[in-house]
Amino acid sequence: MTAPGAGHGAGDWWGTEDVSVRYGSTLALNHVWFRAEPGLVSAVVGGDGAGRTTLLRCLAGALAPTSGLVRRPTPLATGYLSAGSGTYPDLSVAENLAFRATAYRIPPETARQRSAELLARAGLDKVTGRLAGQLSGGMRQKLGVIAAMLHRPDLLVLDEPTTGVDPVSRAGLWLLITRAAADGAAVVLATSYLDEAERAHHVLVLDVGSELASGTADQIVAAMRGTLTVTGTRPAGEAGRRAWRREGCWRVWDPGPVPGAGGGRDGSAVRPDLQDAVTVAALARELARTGAERESR
Amino acid sequence: MTELPAQAVAVTRAFGHFVAVDQVDLEVRQGEAVGLLGANGAGKTTLIRLLLGLLRPTGGEIRLFGEPPSRSTRRRIGYVPQGLGLYDDLTPAENLAFSAAVFGEGPEAAVLPEPLRQYGTTVVGSLPLGIQRTAAFAQALAHRPDLLVLDEPTSGVDPLARARLWETVAGAAAAGAGVLVTTHYMDEAGECDRLVIMAAGRVVARGTVPEIVGDAQVSVVESGAWAEAFGALEAAGLPAALVGRTLRVPGAAPAAVRRALGDLSATVTSAPATLEERFFQLTLSADTTQVQP
Repeated sequence: MTAPGAGHGAGDWWGTEDVSVRYGSTLALNHVWFRAEPGLVSAVVGGDGAGRTTLLRCLAGALAPTSGLVRRPTPLATGYLSAGSGTYPDLSVAENLAFRATAYRIPPETARQRSAELLARAGLDKVTGRLAGQLSGGMRQKLGVIAAMLHRPDLLVLDEPTTGVDPVSRAGLWLLITRAAADGAAVVLATSYLDEAERAHHVLVLDVGSELASGTADQIVAAMRGTLTVTGTRPAGEAGRRAWRREGCWRVWDPGPVPGAGGGRDGSAVRPDLQDAVTVAALARELARTGAERESR
Repeated sequence: MTELPAQAVAVTRAFGHFVAVDQVDLEVRQGEAVGLLGANGAGKTTLIRLLLGLLRPTGGEIRLFGEPPSRSTRRRIGYVPQGLGLYDDLTPAENLAFSAAVFGEGPEAAVLPEPLRQYGTTVVGSLPLGIQRTAAFAQALAHRPDLLVLDEPTSGVDPLARARLWETVAGAAAAGAGVLVTTHYMDEAGECDRLVIMAAGRVVARGTVPEIVGDAQVSVVESGAWAEAFGALEAAGLPAALVGRTLRVPGAAPAAVRRALGDLSATVTSAPATLEERFFQLTLSADTTQVQP
């Protein structure tokens, strides 16, 4: 069930309540709860097939959930940048924005001013005549983001705006994202970069359609079960399956409640960050899956 | 003397009047992973194409295993391009067999690694991206290369899968291969033994992460009104990065930031820069020096 316009005056947030999406026999989203608040940046994190794009399409109104409720503003108050595209390669930079302005019924004078302002912020004001298809990856993504925020949407949904983009363009994209949030939009972005998720106000980690963790980055880290140690070499035996490589060393996760009781006996304890917590959550799920497979044999 | 897998000595490559790579020195030694960082247009891809022998330098010299690039040196290189370099309408097994044949390897080099076996009969184009990437790595490593070149190998990969790919890379380095990897992902730079940072065609920094970051600082703004603080800094031409409810300003000292904030209530302190912030500072100053005559 979808409720466009719901949420006005009702606590004022956008998101999903117990949303599931099924494509044939595939459960793309499995009872997902998600909340995006005005003036804040929320990040949806996960790997290939996690369900990020499905969730974002529900929020943008591009996909109706199989069950559950989507709280979203009206289509004209939503801005959406889909993954990988979002701009018309055969239109110039200026034409892309003009098309958006018409589609979102922005008065011409407002559109002209707003376009000029955003083009300058994005550093695209010198290339307005260039075809979008001839822009560099970073510039094209910036065009996609300013096109999505042109009409000052209440909810701005950005699907992987920074994937494959170089760090300087990434910083520029974050300036735009921050500007949208500072202007009061609820910003939702999908990303595979955890350092980026760490900057967001709220993080949802998805894995194969289900929530793996959610909250602020600090809350997700605090909720991590077990302890983490660092060693120079991969531990032997069973502990090796709970180890992964990071920054030239091995991190070993011990699921037990007592620090140092298990695998990483030789290592020193380390305080986890968001990347560790998310890796542990994925690892725990992988171990549970392979454990279940072994038992069923 | 041990053989250097890859070496660039004062290498320059111009396209017309545009100098894409300008007097670059670079070494990749046996058993080490070197990270090559740079913004778009910094010259990374041109440098990699020079090292692979796909382009000839306008000046300077490229040496692979002590010789100029040739077909026989190419045989000793494993390369994973950004686009992965697989044939979409062949299965992983067929891709691997084809590549092994091209490299003159026997069928033993075309044996699919364990995680790929269950996908053996599906064409690559229908496989999830993560599996495609594993197949591309397997293909690049099948002929046991002495130099492994990876161009943004883990873009869009989740952390656990990325850690697994890095185990593979580290395994190749531990077996003695030299590894050169480009990345936009600063966390990944920490996996490398050494980094080389390029901006505007030149090397602007090299060394380990701590050596490159040095004692660089950024200004940190904490304010209940972060949105207003962001606007004030923006108006003063100081781009700030939002981290939760704090703002980090890589390009200005606390006093300048404090001035830009006017009478806004905020705490401004100084903090050690991250690698990404240091990278940003280096890139900006390289661009500025190029503008000046």
